[in-house]
Amino acid sequence: MSDAPTPERDRAAEEGRLRAVWANPPGWRYWTSVNNTQIGLWYGSAAFAFMLFAGLLGLLIRAQLAVPENDLLSAETYNQVYSLHGTVMMFLFAVPIFEAVAIFLLPPMLGARELPFPRLGAFGFWSFLIGGVFVCGSIFFGAAPNAGWFMYPPLATSEQAGIGADIWLLGLSFIEVASLAAAVELIVGIMKCRAPGMRVNLMPLFAWYLLIVAGMILFAFPPLIAGDLLFEMQRMFDWPFFDPERGGDPLLWQHLFWIFGHPEVYIIFLPAIALLAMIVPTFAGRPIVGYSWIVLAAVGTGFLSFGLWVHHMFATGLPQISLAFFSAASEAVAIPTAVQIFVFVATMLAGRVIFSTPMLFALGGIAIFVMGGLTGVMVALVPFDWQAHDTYFIVAHLHYVLIGGMLFPVFAGLYYYYPLIDGKHMSDRVGRLAFWLMFTGFNIAFLPMHLTGLRGMPRRVYTYPADVGWDWLNLISTMGAVVLGIGMFAVVVDVTLHRRKQPRGEVNPWNAGTLEWINEPEENWGVRSIPRIESRYPLWEQKDLATQVNAGEWYLPDAEEGLRETLVTSVLDAEPEQVLRVGGTSYVSIFCAATLGTVFIALTFKFWIVSLLAGLAFLCGLIFWLWTGTGDIPEKEEKDIGRGISLPLYASGVKSVGWWAMFVTMTGDGTAFASLVFGYFFFWTIHEDFTGGLGGPGALWPMAALALFTAAWAATVGAREFNRRGGVVAARTLLLSGALLSAAGCAAALAGPWRSGMDPTAHVYPAIVWILAIWASVHGAAGIFMQLYCFARSIAGRLTPRHDMELHNVALYWHFMLMTAAVTFSVIGLFPGAM
Amino acid sequence: MWRLLPREVESLWTLFTASVVWALHFLACYVGAAIYCEKPGLLGYDFVNLRIAIAAVTALSLAMIALSAILAWRQWGFGAGDPPHDDPTRQDRLLFQGYATLLLSGLSFVGVVFTALPALFITECLR
Repeated sequence: MSDAPTPERDRAAEEGRLRAVWANPPGWRYWTSVNNTQIGLWYGSAAFAFMLFAGLLGLLIRAQLAVPENDLLSAETYNQVYSLHGTVMMFLFAVPIFEAVAIFLLPPMLGARELPFPRLGAFGFWSFLIGGVFVCGSIFFGAAPNAGWFMYPPLATSEQAGIGADIWLLGLSFIEVASLAAAVELIVGIMKCRAPGMRVNLMPLFAWYLLIVAGMILFAFPPLIAGDLLFEMQRMFDWPFFDPERGGDPLLWQHLFWIFGHPEVYIIFLPAIALLAMIVPTFAGRPIVGYSWIVLAAVGTGFLSFGLWVHHMFATGLPQISLAFFSAASEAVAIPTAVQIFVFVATMLAGRVIFSTPMLFALGGIAIFVMGGLTGVMVALVPFDWQAHDTYFIVAHLHYVLIGGMLFPVFAGLYYYYPLIDGKHMSDRVGRLAFWLMFTGFNIAFLPMHLTGLRGMPRRVYTYPADVGWDWLNLISTMGAVVLGIGMFAVVVDVTLHRRKQPRGEVNPWNAGTLEWINEPEENWGVRSIPRIESRYPLWEQKDLATQVNAGEWYLPDAEEGLRETLVTSVLDAEPEQVLRVGGTSYVSIFCAATLGTVFIALTFKFWIVSLLAGLAFLCGLIFWLWTGTGDIPEKEEKDIGRGISLPLYASGVKSVGWWAMFVTMTGDGTAFASLVFGYFFFWTIHEDFTGGLGGPGALWPMAALALFTAAWAATVGAREFNRRGGVVAARTLLLSGALLSAAGCAAALAGPWRSGMDPTAHVYPAIVWILAIWASVHGAAGIFMQLYCFARSIAGRLTPRHDMELHNVALYWHFMLMTAAVTFSVIGLFPGAM
Repeated sequence: MWRLLPREVESLWTLFTASVVWALHFLACYVGAAIYCEKPGLLGYDFVNLRIAIAAVTALSLAMIALSAILAWRQWGFGAGDPPHDDPTRQDRLLFQGYATLLLSGLSFVGVVFTALPALFITECLR
């Protein structure tokens, strides 16, 4: 960094160029924008709309239960209504809203122009929207999921479940893809795209939380995807994974679902707390007390949350010692959770608190959440849980946790961050009214449910008799729900109508200290120039920073080449490493989301041809996307970013964001694979002879497959090394032979179960062997695709010894592929013999 | 021991060491008990074996967490400097990492003890 006076610059021309580069396309093509601000807003609005829809379903539930023996809804409609209420709230609101907020807020908060993969972000949004509309729309055709939001077999594998179960499985699998895409984007963004100087000890706490949460998504969502795969194979092709008569076990679904489902609660909760960690210091007028303690709490909760899943299964007859392990972990997680609450209380005590509308929602949320947390500690105790299991006590508990720990903080965030959207403010009067309506309405609705539950009212019943003492409690709950609904309606009115007449207000009305408040809402470029950060609260502690940034005095103040650029920095100390050129406006994200969505939707209705064609279209779109939008060789080696710093425009290997994205994606992929292997050993554990007396794939074919895949791996790594040393021809030869070896590996993988005549519908053992072999083959096929892609890039001169990013990433993929092959083929080939 | 590992481990991942140990310990206890209770022949018929195994894994895990805590404590300068460690220097970043790692080691230690406690009281595969 140098403080030498900058030479004369034409700042107006700089701004003109920046504005042109980051501008949204006009007219209807506005919807092809990939800019994080637009994607974040659309994502958030869609998630909010889904929430309102699910809220109406919630009101329907309450209307039905208001009086005993009610016939407003039929039993079947009621089943669909509550299943969809839970599903939409969890999958289409709670998780996506945080992805939306993160995509909107993170770049300005980290001082980045954009997240590293804007088109991936857009792809995630469109996938979410298509999948969400598909799942929600089903109820208007009486075809919504009707077996609860967790789809337990055998009910959900039965004929009774109807097409709703397929809509749930395929629609949500598609949305999970969107969540994984967001996780990749957020992890790489937070680790590699922070402003120079923003070391890990200076990172905004929001970013810390989001980093942990995105990491959790990588380990939590894939087990559900694996579960969905097994479930759909049973529903479509009668592979008996959950059918006890043929060796399957419904409990495997419960394990896979809750290995996802419990961390999911914290995936929802932590980002909401992250919002509070930004809001509380602002209104206490001081830095947060105990920054490191918050990091402890976020990381600790992230880990512990994976040791809780069986507490949803306390009543399934597992050995008591197993239950006790999970009970202990469920108690332990109260420690880091409470640490966060105490940090907020300490910060408020140490500062002078301004009780603004966001702060009201924040405090109300904390109060409600603490109550939910305490009943959580109660139900974490096995004996108590056996009493309360599947009653309205649990309904009360989970709503206290989710509404206090998520909905109220999100509303706090809405009121707090609204000025960043277009410079206008939400109404304080409406906000306070809405808060008190929501707060009282919520408690009137859900506090009595504890008692209703303890009096024995089970969940998911569409009506109840009059003489068992549940009637007046339910009536009170319904009245409270209506008040809660009115409160939320007030906020909707405030967002949509009231605000139009408002003039623009101050950009930083709360005098907040974090970087995102430098933002100029009318500009689309993120930050005018990227500053060097020296404090956790740069706007409080770095004098004149906003003026300097907005005058373009810091890094990257121009876009001479007419390309969208942001800075890549090192993971720990955020030293500038590279100028990254990110993708701009494009149809390709929408095209890929629409075609992939068609694949899933067509599968639901078993339209095989449509599904196949859409799959091919998706593949073409993907190739176009990769070929034209990634790995471009820049016109020069380095670029001056101002203040005497020059940075490379190209990076490969561990320094490139693509490598990190591959690493993160494959970690998630590895988790899904591990879940399938878990399934294999689960079946081994529960049966005396898990093969059911049937023959296995033998050792020969699996070992041959392993050898072939190992050779393909060696060829790929060799290609990378030869290419780096200038041996382009040798590299191309190795890539081609790698592809051939890999193709032979795929064939050998499938030959094992096929040549042994294993019938996957006969018993769960052949079914799980087939699934593992297919998994390895599909990954082998993806490996072939990548090897041929690198080959083509090399021929086209887009992959050279100096510019070899793709080859590094593909070699990384093959490291994971080698591990997948080693585990798959040792397990299916050698394990039965060893036993 | 002081020379066993580099004085300042320049990585983000050391932050997670103790938590990873907790996770592995948890998994070992859960998987061990699950397999023992489903297939008693495989791991020996006496429940005491399982409890001894859990005790051994617990002792090992606690020792590893203690080691991670000591290394973190050293990275934190043995508590010489007070938080918040918010200076824009490499030194303060290292102190912050050391302190956060130390805190996480404490939580993981408690977590491991919590997880192991059931083995003290439960003496059979009761369902």
